[in-house]
Amino acid sequence: MNKIFEIPLYPYTRSPDQDATTPVRHKVMIVGAGPVGLAAAIDLAQQGVPVVVLDDNDKVSFGSRAICFAKRPLEILDRLGCGQPMVDKGVVWNLGKVFFGDRKVYEFNLLPEEGHRRPAFINLQQYYFEDYLVARVRELQEQGAEIELRGGNKVLDVTDMGDRVQLNVQTPEGPYTVETEWLIACDGAGSPIRSMMGLDFVGRVFEDNFLIADVIMDADFPTERWFWFDPPFNKGQSALLHKQPDGVWRIDLQLGWDIDKEEEKKPEKVIPRLKQMLGDDVEFELEWVSIYTFQCRRMEKFRHNRVIFAGDSAHQVSPFGARGANSGLQDTDNLIWKLKLVIDGQAPDRLLDSYDDERIYGADENILNSTRSTDFITPKSEISRLFRDAVLDLSEHHAFARPLVNSGRLSVPCIYDESPLNTPDALPGGPARTRPGAPCPDAPAGNGYVLDRLGGAFTVLTIDAEAPEQVAENGIEAARVALSAADDPSGALAERYLGDNPSAVYLIRPDQHVAARWPAYDETAVRAAIRRATAKE
Amino acid sequence: MTALDLRPNITNPDDFYAELLAAHEGLTKAESDALNARLILIMANHIGDRDILRQALAAARFEEDSR
Repeated sequence: MNKIFEIPLYPYTRSPDQDATTPVRHKVMIVGAGPVGLAAAIDLAQQGVPVVVLDDNDKVSFGSRAICFAKRPLEILDRLGCGQPMVDKGVVWNLGKVFFGDRKVYEFNLLPEEGHRRPAFINLQQYYFEDYLVARVRELQEQGAEIELRGGNKVLDVTDMGDRVQLNVQTPEGPYTVETEWLIACDGAGSPIRSMMGLDFVGRVFEDNFLIADVIMDADFPTERWFWFDPPFNKGQSALLHKQPDGVWRIDLQLGWDIDKEEEKKPEKVIPRLKQMLGDDVEFELEWVSIYTFQCRRMEKFRHNRVIFAGDSAHQVSPFGARGANSGLQDTDNLIWKLKLVIDGQAPDRLLDSYDDERIYGADENILNSTRSTDFITPKSEISRLFRDAVLDLSEHHAFARPLVNSGRLSVPCIYDESPLNTPDALPGGPARTRPGAPCPDAPAGNGYVLDRLGGAFTVLTIDAEAPEQVAENGIEAARVALSAADDPSGALAERYLGDNPSAVYLIRPDQHVAARWPAYDETAVRAAIRRATAKE
Repeated sequence: MTALDLRPNITNPDDFYAELLAAHEGLTKAESDALNARLILIMANHIGDRDILRQALAAARFEEDSR
């Protein structure tokens, strides 16, 4: 049987660009057809910007890789028209168990907040995730969108020509030269584009190796996240068991530093380890095995004139906390609307610098969280291990110690508090979670949800407030979405957007982050906030 | 900011000191180290106030800003 990740999804075909006498110039090209590159391409295509995606491969990701997708990325996928198949296929989980040595020390329920369309997390293999994104690309192509996937296209070199970027691309039929006004590099942590441009990628390498295995088994383990510190089957190390769709289980085993990677990956080495963990009587089949060493590092700047880095190419984190693919999707969510406005001449080029401001802030937050998790999971000194073990021992008996247990702080979107695009908060006593810079939290509204109504353009959201149906400032149009606290009998809408105020008016960016808010509509203030959110003042 | 109290604050300090040592009685060095770590965490949680905790950390390191 062919696995989904063994089937070529976008095999190489010859492009007319390869026969052009002078290099063809595109609007936007993306290197890398992983989750981040595909999401960026779909976003551009939906907004009517022609885009070409190059990838040296022609298949979805090999093995499960990123498996945990958080609420905010799912909401972004809803805007990209492909959230539903992901959620339908994905495994929703809420319960986690923590083991220390041979005993369970405690369990926790994520207790997701009510009143959101999307769950806190789903588990879904990266290959499915990419497969659904490719399906969405095909759907857009059928609708006439100019979005092209070129498999078997490997970028050999990249030259900044000032007003454009020139690429030399290798194909099975030889190389060709092509130009693009903008290049988005989504070519992963080992980014060849970054190397070709001689750019830095600095941070901390953790001296540890993890074995990850996708195992197919008919086991009655519940749909929970199980995390072991120092388990009997992997002494002195850690282990994670997580359920994915199709009876596939993801197992992560910490191996330590001084190991022979090739040796440890061999089935005759892996299977006995897994048997120790799962028990001798559990039947299982190995689907995929890999060993990774992780690092926390980022580029100093993500934007380099007309080459913009997004996802792992720009920043890399440890996998604990699911902050890799999740933050990459937030990168493109942040970038694409800005690029669209700049391409259309509706915003100055410097709007793209705010991508650096906001996403570097996000990357630093992710790196901080993931570094702390890693320090807890793999203590680097005797005293660090002493406190780690003390926390785990106490967590079995006393609730106070449980928040100190850190097996990964799961991805939540960051609030761009310092963003130059924010207008200072003008809603006294407004909820902190919807302050300027924050991503709009979902809430019930009538028969649907708030985020369904926001779409992907500037929006004036009014809650029990009057406002014109449309405001246009310097080419930027913001349509009004009118809601009332009465639209949500549960009270979540009022709690999340009004606080103690009887009414509120929000200016929402196309990426559904709050740009500004007031108690009532003030046209001068709204216009100024639009200018500010588009880097015009 | 609430100030860390570095004046004498324990009634019958000799009794407390004896209890502290008694808690460690019969333990190996490793067990004692583990007990101390648990004790620090329990007391830190009881204090709760991050300003106080920061001052306490500084005081333990004999740093200047420990008031």
